[in-house]
Amino acid sequence: MRLGLGVMMTSLVFGGLGTVSVRAEDLSYTLVLQDHRFQPSQLEIPAGQKVRLVIQNLDTVTEEFDSPDLHREKLVAPGTTGVMMIGPLNPGRYNFTGEFHAETAAGLLVVK
Amino acid sequence: MLGTAIIVFREVLEAALIVGIVLAASRGLLGRGWWIGAGVGAGLAGAALVAAAAGSIAAMAAGFGQELFNAAVLLTAVVMLGWHNVWMKRHGQELAAQVADLGQSVRAGARPLYALALVVCVAVLREGSEVVLFLYGVAVSGGNQGADMLVGGVLGLVAGALSGLILYLGLLNIPTRHLFTVTSWLILLLAAGMASQAASFLMQAGFLPAFGDQLWDSSSFLTMDSVIGRVLHTLVGYDDRPAGIQLVFYLITLSTIGLLMRSVPRLRPSGQRCGR
Repeated sequence: MRLGLGVMMTSLVFGGLGTVSVRAEDLSYTLVLQDHRFQPSQLEIPAGQKVRLVIQNLDTVTEEFDSPDLHREKLVAPGTTGVMMIGPLNPGRYNFTGEFHAETAAGLLVVK
Repeated sequence: MLGTAIIVFREVLEAALIVGIVLAASRGLLGRGWWIGAGVGAGLAGAALVAAAAGSIAAMAAGFGQELFNAAVLLTAVVMLGWHNVWMKRHGQELAAQVADLGQSVRAGARPLYALALVVCVAVLREGSEVVLFLYGVAVSGGNQGADMLVGGVLGLVAGALSGLILYLGLLNIPTRHLFTVTSWLILLLAAGMASQAASFLMQAGFLPAFGDQLWDSSSFLTMDSVIGRVLHTLVGYDDRPAGIQLVFYLITLSTIGLLMRSVPRLRPSGQRCGR
């Protein structure tokens, strides 16, 4: 019953919102995760604009994209691609890490 | 090892604090141990399921399944917490009087416990699934470091659980006639914070506008990465760099539950007290 309610609510949200797709004109940027490192480790995006950030995890384990600066947190399963919307952001430097392997998986987003 | 401990601690802390509040809020209700235990158990089982299905969940809704799932789970908890508070407004005084007078558990029906068990369940499920995925990754790639990191994981788990226990024991020091007032306030703020988190997920998926990407930046004063920042984030919804939409969700939840609580007539405990 608990699960039933959860599934029902989830499907309501999915049903209501799932069809809303990201507009095609959104700028898209891709970060590739390999050997627990981001490539590129520094990414430049325009200020004042909503952009689409794609994270492609080529490693064999799950990574959690984490950035308190960007206010974003997302699990990316091995061999899959995660998408998130960021911005519109003010110009500045925003750090991000792969929380599960933060010693190597660290990068910087430069907003200009 | 320390790194593992810290990551697990951060995830466990939030769920443990919620369990601590729920335990205090259900003090004196008959069968609460069973209900909350069942909530934690179902949450753990759910965490394993969600972790196993993480890839499929993430792939739903054009890659935004994870955000929608998290938002749906959080909003379910918000509704349950709100409902609990309205129920408590009606029955709290009567309940407190009985617990204080008799010093024993009272039968209040399973309904408020059902709601609280669900809240515990989704809290454990959300945080637990991240711990499962993280530790699974460690186990797969760990090699000779595996045992070391397992110890770290257990340390993090124990430290997180202890934090919840400390909060619970602290709340129990409050005199019974005030306890439910305090827990109702805590639950109100907890619900508002969860609604703000849900808004953040929906924004990340692009389903809600930010209404200002960053209302303020108090990260130099108190960062959300610190333990205190984490605790306040869970308890009152503290955010060092909130978006406008988060504040909107926070205030709407606060005022909606607050107004519902005000509009409910309170049952006076007179009936139970005659004959004293």
